[in-house]
Amino acid sequence: MATDVQYVPPPLQDIPTAKEKKYDRQLRLWGASGQIALEETHILLINNGPGVTGVETLKNLVLPGVGQFTILDSTVVSEADLGVNFFLEDASLGKFRAAETVRLLMELNPGVQGYAVTEPLETFIAQDNVFAPYNLILVTAPIDPTVLAQIQTHAQTLQIPTFYIHCVGYYSAFSVLLPPAFPIVDTHPDQTATTDLRLLKPWPALVQFAKEKTAGLEEGKLNAQEKAHVPWVCLLLHYLEQWKEEHDGKLPESYPEKTEFRKLVRSGDPHEENFDEACAAVLKSLNPPTPDSSVREIFNAPETQNLDATSPPFWVIANAIHQFYTTHKQLPLPGAVPDMKAQSADYIKLQNIYKTKAREDCAEVLENVRKLEKNTSRSPKLAIDNKEVENFCKGAAHIHLVRGRPFQVVQAGQPVRFGDRAKAMAMELTMPESLIGLHIAFLAWDEYIATHSSPASEAGGQALKVPGSGVDDFESDTEKVTGIAHTILDGLIKEAGTFVEDPEYSDVKAKVGEFCLEIVRAGGGELHNIASLTGGLVAQEVIKAITRQYVPVDNTCLFDGVASRTGVLRI
Amino acid sequence: MAATMQPEAVAPTTNGHNSSGRARWKYMDTLLSRPGAYTDPDDFVPGAVPIGNVEQSHVLVIGAGGLGCEILKNLALSGFKKIDVIDMDTIDVSNLNRQFLFREKDVGKPKASVAAEFVMQRVPSCKITPYVGKIQDKDEDYYMQFNVVVCGLDSIEARRWINATLVGMVDENNPDSLKPLIDGGTEGFKGQSRVILPTMTSCIECQLDMHAPRAAVPLCTLATIPRQPQHCIEWAHIIKWEEERKDLVLDTDDPEHITWLYEKALSRAQEYNISGVTYSMTQGVVKNIIPAIASTNAIVAASSCNEAFKIVTSSATFLGNPGLNNYMLYTGDSGVYTYTFEHQKKDDCPVCGNLPKDMLLNPESTLGELVESLAERPESQLKKPNLRTEEKTLYYSAPASLEESTRPNLKRKLRELLADGEDFAVSDGAFDITFRYTVRYT
Repeated sequence: MATDVQYVPPPLQDIPTAKEKKYDRQLRLWGASGQIALEETHILLINNGPGVTGVETLKNLVLPGVGQFTILDSTVVSEADLGVNFFLEDASLGKFRAAETVRLLMELNPGVQGYAVTEPLETFIAQDNVFAPYNLILVTAPIDPTVLAQIQTHAQTLQIPTFYIHCVGYYSAFSVLLPPAFPIVDTHPDQTATTDLRLLKPWPALVQFAKEKTAGLEEGKLNAQEKAHVPWVCLLLHYLEQWKEEHDGKLPESYPEKTEFRKLVRSGDPHEENFDEACAAVLKSLNPPTPDSSVREIFNAPETQNLDATSPPFWVIANAIHQFYTTHKQLPLPGAVPDMKAQSADYIKLQNIYKTKAREDCAEVLENVRKLEKNTSRSPKLAIDNKEVENFCKGAAHIHLVRGRPFQVVQAGQPVRFGDRAKAMAMELTMPESLIGLHIAFLAWDEYIATHSSPASEAGGQALKVPGSGVDDFESDTEKVTGIAHTILDGLIKEAGTFVEDPEYSDVKAKVGEFCLEIVRAGGGELHNIASLTGGLVAQEVIKAITRQYVPVDNTCLFDGVASRTGVLRI
Repeated sequence: MAATMQPEAVAPTTNGHNSSGRARWKYMDTLLSRPGAYTDPDDFVPGAVPIGNVEQSHVLVIGAGGLGCEILKNLALSGFKKIDVIDMDTIDVSNLNRQFLFREKDVGKPKASVAAEFVMQRVPSCKITPYVGKIQDKDEDYYMQFNVVVCGLDSIEARRWINATLVGMVDENNPDSLKPLIDGGTEGFKGQSRVILPTMTSCIECQLDMHAPRAAVPLCTLATIPRQPQHCIEWAHIIKWEEERKDLVLDTDDPEHITWLYEKALSRAQEYNISGVTYSMTQGVVKNIIPAIASTNAIVAASSCNEAFKIVTSSATFLGNPGLNNYMLYTGDSGVYTYTFEHQKKDDCPVCGNLPKDMLLNPESTLGELVESLAERPESQLKKPNLRTEEKTLYYSAPASLEESTRPNLKRKLRELLADGEDFAVSDGAFDITFRYTVRYT
């Protein structure tokens, strides 16, 4: 280290710890709170089939430091496993796959604890409270559908996020079962998303500041230096006043009006950077503060409307913010100010004006929260934290709610139903980019397995029969799976009460047939690349579900490795 | 449909793919031994041919970091047996949250050799040759031995260099000289993978505007009117260090150096009432840290390797077929979204095109302003440009003697130096690329 006489040791609390150094690149995404949530999580992987996707998913969760994981897998390592699973080695041959993959996964991160369970799935789930220790479940196909239905029932009772994953040949898919109400405050909106600056409805402190900064602008009394440093927020407020005077007090609303208004701003100066910034902000910063449909959906949700003493804080705050919105016709001010050309002191002053207003708005929401707590006789032990209210106010424009839905479990001898989603899914059939055909192919694959294997209890642990897995069943199984898929397709169209005309109908059928052929071609095998990619997608969604940050997939994601693209369907 | 880049079919070395020696590759062999829904009977003969192609292909992996670790694992478990890997970096503790071939005991060792060693030990059938160094150390003869190049890089410069090199190597009379280039990149929850068939499809230089450089904060803002914590950090980094520690080379991995910058930035921020300067932010700004996680790397690397596998085997349609999609953009922070499209080849691409590009210029502006703008133009991004016309030298950034003699031109107006419609060329010592422009005065 360089010797420097002026060197003073830094304040210790600012130097990152060893753990912060190791996790630096991810903490910059989900922060300390996300990391804590991850470290408090115990994931259960119910691994079936070749089992690569499940293990690759865990790799992507062990690395960033998930607390604990358990792999349930009674399979013994075969030669075929060694060619496709990175977390097995030659010496693993003949040993339990669960134990071997746990051992090699744990090498990735000394901070993570892993466990292997090698008892058969059927006896495992027959025990009481068997899922209680886990916060999240991953299930990979193929699986006996009656067993999957049982897992789903447990997961729904315990409200544990659960993933059902397929990966066959060039294709994969996963469905996410989230609780019936899964709200997210910290959605990390895109940085280019506009922050509400309330320019159409400024409050006195902001108006006053803008007046000060633009005084003399029209008369040419500002010197060049001063003029070039008027913050664009003040410029827009200044010209809005001028516009209103010339337009009976009305604001520029339509696109042509805004274009006209931009010309007015531009007339103030042809070149200066702050005028450029002001002009560039006209179209996006002068919109009425109408909340997104997802925000309104939350305001109108029964959970927001019908609070009781034990309502989760999210709903109480949502109700309080809804009251604020009803009173003021806008959401609480987020308080952030984008960087803009300005003198340092002016910018800081502007920032403080926004921060002060945001605090006032938040205080009003907080007051509403306390009243609601009182009115619902909420126990003081459940008192809602100020910080949580503050955080909610900052992100109010971007909150998001996912309504978890159950998996579409295919049962032998029963038609596949799409329920209230039938109409929407039938619409997907006629969209050329939709991967609904691939979803149907996977349903057919599941149904083939359900109808070609005897129930597990009778079969005595016999492996499930997967289409195309035999030496000479490629063609016959392709025909069978395609036949099942076409029945499901026709069932969907019928359930939706619609009609798909030719040639579209024939195209859709042919497309579904192609997906089926490719799936049967793999004979139930995983290609490592597709398994690894799917493991990346699933791990990412697991992280979202655990940290309650970012927006999760709702609720089925498909990957087409031939065309290299994904598709998301709400099933 | 598939182009002709797979190597000559060679029978697998292990007496056909059904022998016990292939038991390990059961899943892959099953798929490759059956025709698919999208295979062309003329290109894809199920069985020994595609299997042999995987075994015989020689793949170059550039980068052994977040993407590189994944790429090496994926290729080894896709049945590839001959791989080379290049990386000049050593392992840092902040790599361990995603670069899964490295352990704490490996910190400080070269990435390429540790990664190669680990994968070979786990997948003994695969031979991986590491090279610890720069891609620029190698010549065309070296690159000629590979069938496919897969990149997992974090630098635009290195991408541009390998792209220009591979485009330059294409010899119309030798089909083997065309090396498919597959490139992946990530940032946080976002990423992309793309396939380039040099000279046939849009190249990295054609696509340079997909990586527009971040607008730099003007120096005067840093010097006189800071507003953001980042401005204070950049001030310490760019201005204060030069003033006070000129003789010491800044090492962004030295905690003492970062601490020094942090403290300077913090006191400046306090002076201006700016809040938010932290050690972590200082590190982020100074090192230009891009967030990186295992899951995005897994997605992008696997997509890249999937394309490599499809190209070599012809077992399914691949990205990069001329006239079809060649680029997959991935976004995972709000749901899961991909945009897969065809990026068009540009006739005026300085690397693979043959036409000069029009440049709109103000005749009253100076040559100096033009030189500065070349660094920020999304399509050029040249920091040390050399400019010349057919007849005369306008400005050279290097060597020093030439810089000195051409420096006076920087102050001259463009109309004194260039005629409307005149062509001029721009190059940069960092790349083997010459940009050709035609002056269009506004």
